[in-house]
Formats: sequence, structure tokens, C-alpha cells
Amino acid sequence: MRWLVLVSMIVLAQPLLADSNLPPAYWADRQLPDPNQEAKAEALMEELRCLVCQGQSIADSDAELAGDMRDLVRRRIAAGEKPADIRNWLIQRYGTWISYKPTSEPAAWPLWLAPIALLLIGTLIIRRHIRIKVRN
Amino acid sequence: MSRAIRFAPLVLLLLLLAGLVWRLATPVDINVSSKLEGKPVPDFALPAMLPTKPALASANLATGKPRIVNIFASWCVPCITEVRVLKQLRDRGVSIDGIAIRDRSEDVAQFLGRNGDPYERIGSDAKSQVQIALGSSGVPESFIIDGRGVVRYQHIGPIELSDVPMILAKLEQAK
Repeated sequence: MRWLVLVSMIVLAQPLLADSNLPPAYWADRQLPDPNQEAKAEALMEELRCLVCQGQSIADSDAELAGDMRDLVRRRIAAGEKPADIRNWLIQRYGTWISYKPTSEPAAWPLWLAPIALLLIGTLIIRRHIRIKVRN
Repeated sequence: MSRAIRFAPLVLLLLLLAGLVWRLATPVDINVSSKLEGKPVPDFALPAMLPTKPALASANLATGKPRIVNIFASWCVPCITEVRVLKQLRDRGVSIDGIAIRDRSEDVAQFLGRNGDPYERIGSDAKSQVQIALGSSGVPESFIIDGRGVVRYQHIGPIELSDVPMILAKLEQAK
């Protein structure tokens, strides 16, 4: 039993090997002194996708690259850059994949049209249903 | 209700199952490719990683002939086998520069001492900032840069021995 625990501890600790020996970047886990700027940075970080843990935002991810991206976002916000410009800078590098905010590209049209289409279908179903009830 | 419509849930279930099985059998490509192919390398200037080797800046990449920029780290396991393949490319006359991600001088020196050193220059990217500027999402990755400093090809993951002919062809195309 003790061996099993030891072996499983070694096996479970493997992901640690994929990390560097350097500490997190300065602004990775530190709030900006200006609460306004920090709020802007937070809002943007919530909407940027982590490249390592691909279902999480960089605000949620513990990956080192996500920490380095938070450092980049906070530094640029502190330097007075607009969140939209930072987002676009990243989109130029990684594509719209990096941003959680839906775009107005043709690929995203079904997403925007779906609520309207579902509402129409629902209305039609209800209308049919009511007519049948009345006939009976 | 018509008879056929009674089977609709079953048909939907089967379609859903077929979809799931298909996705399991042919997984999606989860690599995030850089959008910089065909565009000039963004401006950067990294400090030297080793005292014995020159630093790396974007200006060093437009040298009139194509070269490889390899993004690596001493803490990256697949980089160990890759660096040996890079050494072979180096022996064939390919110019290779390195960008070491989140690394320490002594670790890189030990890594290269143990596995061979194919690099002309190595820049230290301690906060992954140049990696992000290049649209790279992990280690190892390699970029083929042409003589004018334009990104021509991104290779995600290690360059294996079997990739060597393809890499040489890409370098030839970038001429």
C-alpha cells in the first residue's frame, strides 16, 4: 500500500516537469495600483483564452504562459494602451481563437441568428398546438 | 401525431452518437497556429542567454539567407531529442538561432553541454514576451525566417528526424 501511494505520487507529480524554474512574471499575480486600470485588465483577461489550458481564460489558468500573458496585459494597460488594441494585437498573432468575445465574422453569424430562429420555431410550434386544441 | 415522428428522438440519439464516435475517432487539431506566416518578424531585442554566445534581436534575422529560429527550454523534455536533430541540420549548413523560454543561464549551459549546441545566437525570453509576439503557444516550436526577415513557416512541436527533408525543402523555398 505504501508503495502504491509513493508510485502514484510520483506519477501524479509528472506535470510539474513541464514547468520552468523561474518565478511568475511580476504582474502575473499582482493587481495594478490603479483600481480603474486593474478593472480594465481583469475584464480583458477574462475574455482571453489560455493557450495551454484551452478551455480556461488567462485569468483562471495556472499555466506559466497564462501568467506571462497577464503580465503583458497589465503592463500594457498601465502604459495607457486600450484593451481593444491589446486584444487586436493578440488576434493578429493567434487569430480570433484567442478571444472569447464573439466577432461579427460570417463564421459567427449562426451564433447571432440562432436566438431569433429558435424564437420563430417556438412561435410556430405554439401556434400549431393552439390550433389543434381549438379544433378539438 | 404521425407514426414517423415517434422515431425522431431515436434518430436524434443515433445521430448524436454517430457524431460523438466520429469526433473520438478523428480528434480536432488543438494546435494554435501563428498568423504571422508571410509577415515580417515583429521587432524585438532579447538579452544574451549565455555569456559565451551573442544575444538575439529581430535585426539579426534578416541576413539575406533563410534561417531557423527555434523556441526551446532546458526544462522541456521533447527539446532534448529535437536539439540533436537541429545539430544535424547545423552540420548541413543551416543557420539556427535559439530563443530560450523562462530559463536560467546555468540550466541552458548544462542542457547544451549534454545534448549538443546547434545555435549561433540565443536570446533569453524570461517572460515569454517574444514567444507571444511571434504567436507561438509552447515549446518546442520553430520558425523559418527568409533572408528579408519574413516568417515563412511555423513548425509546432519538435522537429523529428523524419521532418528533416521537409524542413530542408521549406528552407529551399524560402530562398
